[in-house]
Amino acid sequence: MSVLIYSEEPGLRLELLGKGRELADAMDSKLAALQIGNGNPEELIKYGADLVYVAEHPLLEEWSLEPYRSVLLRAVEEASPSVILIGATKRGKELAASLAASLGVGLLTECISLKLEDEKLIAERLTYGGSAIARVASLKKPHIATVPPRVFKRPEPAERTGEVLKLEVEPEKPKAEVVERRGKVREEVGLEEAEVIVAAGRGFKKQEDLKLLEELAEILGAKIGCTRPIAADYGWMKEWIGISGHKVRPKLYIAVGISGTVHHAAGIRDCGIIVAINSDENANIFNLADYGIVGDLYEVLPALTKALKERLKK
Amino acid sequence: MRIIALLKDIVDLDELRFDSSTRKPITEGVKHVISELDKRALEAAIRLKEKHGGEVLALSLGGPETKTVMLEALAMGADAAYIVDDEGLRGLDAYGTSKVLAAAIDKIGDYGLILCGEMSLDSLSAQVGLRVAELLGLPMVSYARELELVDDKRLRAVRDLEDVDEVVEVELPAVVSVVREINEPRIPTLMSIMRAKRKPTTMWDASAIGVDPDALKAERAVEILDVEAPLVERKRKIIEGETVEEKVERLVKALIDEGVLGV
Repeated sequence: MSVLIYSEEPGLRLELLGKGRELADAMDSKLAALQIGNGNPEELIKYGADLVYVAEHPLLEEWSLEPYRSVLLRAVEEASPSVILIGATKRGKELAASLAASLGVGLLTECISLKLEDEKLIAERLTYGGSAIARVASLKKPHIATVPPRVFKRPEPAERTGEVLKLEVEPEKPKAEVVERRGKVREEVGLEEAEVIVAAGRGFKKQEDLKLLEELAEILGAKIGCTRPIAADYGWMKEWIGISGHKVRPKLYIAVGISGTVHHAAGIRDCGIIVAINSDENANIFNLADYGIVGDLYEVLPALTKALKERLKK
Repeated sequence: MRIIALLKDIVDLDELRFDSSTRKPITEGVKHVISELDKRALEAAIRLKEKHGGEVLALSLGGPETKTVMLEALAMGADAAYIVDDEGLRGLDAYGTSKVLAAAIDKIGDYGLILCGEMSLDSLSAQVGLRVAELLGLPMVSYARELELVDDKRLRAVRDLEDVDEVVEVELPAVVSVVREINEPRIPTLMSIMRAKRKPTTMWDASAIGVDPDALKAERAVEILDVEAPLVERKRKIIEGETVEEKVERLVKALIDEGVLGV
């Protein structure tokens, strides 16, 4: 009995060790980490692992689903874990689903909380496009869960002892042939990474009026976003924030002329401070916001831009 | 080539509301639609057919609304719809759902390609495609942003990963999941909606595809305990003032105090 963790992402791996340690202690069992390819197993021990399985093989030099899954299956054979945590990167998510299918067990994806209760693994995860939280239980062992980055805290490293074991592997061959890997050209900062976002809703009467928002964005160094109708129905912008669009987490989010539907709310849940400007004092956006100004955006926006210009120039 | 698109019937998330006191979702009376990413998988299937010929079949494990939902798939260009609907198969987990879909795909037979979205937009679980691939013993290509047939037996796809675009080639038959960026699904015309009503829809119950609902329930691996909207913990301060200028000044001061203006 043990807890086994794996992620190809170094930072996420440490976060998994933190949560893994907690679950292992709750079961009074060992925490094992799988390391595929290069890395520093001693570091994983410092962050909480009792044993580190190291797998090396020419087939593992580049990511491929089947070879990686077969190595993970080998680690499962060795460690016979009751819980397996995998980092929810795109590669991690396909690996976890494929592993769960191979083992014929369940999979809890993108968990934001995890605990053990009566031999079950209980997790919270987003559902309904991110507008609601589901509490789910994995009933069969080994329990498998994937965890997104920055959900669990990275533990403090400590001087600990642990075992490093070489995992003898003969990885399965990949079924798909990789013809080419193209590094992505980093596009300009997208909405997901923006620190400040100002966003438009149906309170804007014409597309030209978005100029008012652009002026505010310029002063704040903000990205501009919008609700679904502005993009999908009016076509004033290409992308929107909400359940079916971007999920954003800036430090400051200013919602202008936005009513605050469930759809939009799901996209802005994780924002730092939310400001709402809307002429309807009963608009739901005021329930979702930290600060609200009830007023006509055509008056409030120019005044706000002017006030910020004075403050931020000093 | 025969392409099967796996489509999930979900409630229209744009119309979903929550009970203000219990915070539970109110799904009754909400329109059902094809989950957006599955719709894009279907669009990709139709585009392959338009280029290379063959047929596109839409398959769904559904409920009472699914027949209506699948009309859109037929109107978009699917040649036929297959719906597995059985009281005993409602509310299965991803494990059970995949077993049912794999059995239905087996029954349809003679397929070259199976397409689905990378996840459904209601449960966001992202595992049915991979599970179906495993059950059918097929290669899986996840996160496809571009697809093309090299020939009858080989598919080339661009996989959209975080740091790289991975161009892969795979022998068919295979299962492929697509990302949002792959295409913009077409909007059916009135004519195509009329035509859709005359296209064949096959309804199957559990026994028709040889699955045992009780066994699937007994093998259940994941249980949903409850679902509710998160509590919104916000300050909800309405900034008062005699004039717009006064309100705005107070807001700017509050934002400086919060440390979000960088001054």
